[in-house]
Amino acid sequence: MSAIVLALAGMLVFYLGWRYYSKFIAEKIYRLDPDYVTPAHRYRDDVDFVPTNKFVLWGHHFTSVAGAAPILGPAIAVYWGWLPALVWVVLGTVFAAGVHDFGTLVLSVRNKGQSVGTLANRLIGRRAKLLFLFIILILVLMVNAVFAWVISNLFVQFPASVLSVFIQIPLAIWIGYKVHKKSKNMLLPSLAALAVMYGTAILASHFPVLQIDLVRYFGGEESAGLFGLGATGSAFLIWIIVLFAYVYVASTLPVWKLLQPRDYINSHQLVVGLGILYLGLFLTNPTVTAPATNASTDVPWFPLLFITIACGAISGFHGLVSSGTSSKQLNKETDARFVGYMGAVGEGMLALISIIAVVTLFATQADFLAAYSTWDAANGGGLGNFIVGAGQLATGLMIPVGIAETIVAVIVVSFAATTLDTAVRLMRYIITELGSEYKVKSLTKTHVATTVAVGSSAALAVLPEGPNGFGSGGYLLWPLFGTSNQLLAGISLLLITIWLKKNARNYLVTLIPMIFLLFMTVWAMIQQVFTQWATWGSDSNMLLFGFGAVILGFAIWIVLESIYILSSNKDHDNIDPSM
Amino acid sequence: MTEEKWSFKKIVKLYDEILSLQHRAEIKREIRDQDDLFMLLCFSEMLGIPNPVSYYTLELYPEMIEKFHDWHLRMGMEKSPLDGIRCC
Repeated sequence: MSAIVLALAGMLVFYLGWRYYSKFIAEKIYRLDPDYVTPAHRYRDDVDFVPTNKFVLWGHHFTSVAGAAPILGPAIAVYWGWLPALVWVVLGTVFAAGVHDFGTLVLSVRNKGQSVGTLANRLIGRRAKLLFLFIILILVLMVNAVFAWVISNLFVQFPASVLSVFIQIPLAIWIGYKVHKKSKNMLLPSLAALAVMYGTAILASHFPVLQIDLVRYFGGEESAGLFGLGATGSAFLIWIIVLFAYVYVASTLPVWKLLQPRDYINSHQLVVGLGILYLGLFLTNPTVTAPATNASTDVPWFPLLFITIACGAISGFHGLVSSGTSSKQLNKETDARFVGYMGAVGEGMLALISIIAVVTLFATQADFLAAYSTWDAANGGGLGNFIVGAGQLATGLMIPVGIAETIVAVIVVSFAATTLDTAVRLMRYIITELGSEYKVKSLTKTHVATTVAVGSSAALAVLPEGPNGFGSGGYLLWPLFGTSNQLLAGISLLLITIWLKKNARNYLVTLIPMIFLLFMTVWAMIQQVFTQWATWGSDSNMLLFGFGAVILGFAIWIVLESIYILSSNKDHDNIDPSM
Repeated sequence: MTEEKWSFKKIVKLYDEILSLQHRAEIKREIRDQDDLFMLLCFSEMLGIPNPVSYYTLELYPEMIEKFHDWHLRMGMEKSPLDGIRCC
């Protein structure tokens, strides 16, 4: 079967969802009012609260939520065959993610632009704040450890991409200086920087001398390396040390010096990447070789599929962006449909192309099954497979496969590095906040907090033996990423449901995805915590058991709390009465 | 409303606006923080902090009245907190 059919089918459903379902929600459920004075106008300060054109705002929203996660999840989830992954990405985007992203935006707009964190704090109480801090702390800890390994792995697998990624740092500092000190425009220099990066990537894939291949420097895969590790293990160790040294510096510098211009350069890469992949797909017309469903799996797809594909379908982080920055800039309330719903659709398109790149990669079905032979193999190889598959799609644009792979690797590493930078910075803020909450003064100092953040992330990456060899310790906690992220989405859906119920509207549109999500999350967690990780389980692991049990406790607490709030007729005075 | 004509220049401008939105806000916030600090230095005398150059900063006040008004609104004070300055 041609992969174009899959892409067109997915896009058709996205279109129908946008055309009819989001219209129905906007008019009948959220009842958007074109005359409502949005926070952007009411509290206008030209910094945070700025009325913004809806296309511009959509672009901001989309580039803020799209990163490596919508690529990573689907590339792993095709382990169960392309059909379940595709169906969940498409339907999940239309019926869960769209409603969630759109809803958090509207809810926040109707509440002075406050974020879901603040709203949950007010609505469910102070315990909700602790829950949020705890969930986010675990999320960023494992994101740090896993992404350090992911980037190191890409550096080891695609050594031609290393130089481009490193070149980006001085270029970004230079742009930051130009823009901040001299008020120059960012567009031209950042496009030039992108051209330099891709030029370097092309040169490096032609001339091996430009490839920084640590494994080769140690004398090949079979050779011995440092501290009794093999050559590959030593390469991982060096890259992980380099990465954490870099994030330490990046997260303590003022944002405009490095992070901002880097993000800005990377935003263009999203546009370039999506353009190359979809154009390439239509020009090469590849065949789907992966099976529709894969029966020979060692882990059941139900309910794990729904926590493996996090950002591709529904993600709690989208709610944080929707209610954090987008809601403060909404010009008219009716724009929320375009910004919120289409933002989710954009993310769905990224997940869709990720699935297609992987399922068209292999020559035969047997090759696919060999590469995705076990769950651990799928976890370790998913992203690499995406890059090779995406490289093949890019050949449709007459780009040689080696160069295409290097460029895709550069794009993915840049996304992952941006996530890593932001996650370390976020972790520093949380540690500082906990420090001031519990009056541990030393923790509120920038360098102490950064050291704790970087140190714990690095320790998690290097100390425990992970499923993918040395340095992949973060993967031990990775199964918790999906669940904690879905929990966050569940809380946001709960808030929207309460708001709709209070206004005597049909709240089934958010209640049903909420029940579905929480059911899948709790079920997956019970299965993992009690049958897999517990001391009596098949794959005993005290670290996962401990963290998993705590998150499971939170999940059950949220379920109980939602049942209580939804079944009681008590008025929730905390919500703005004008809503 | 008249139909707007699309030109290459406009598309580039829109594209730039999309990508620079969040960065612009960040830069403005940083500038605002610096301005706030400057404001604090200029008005430190009124807060009871001795300022050896207050005689000179006096000259700046007419220039700063507008900004001062924005500042106290942003700080959550509906009226000017200082008797010396009557901006609203």
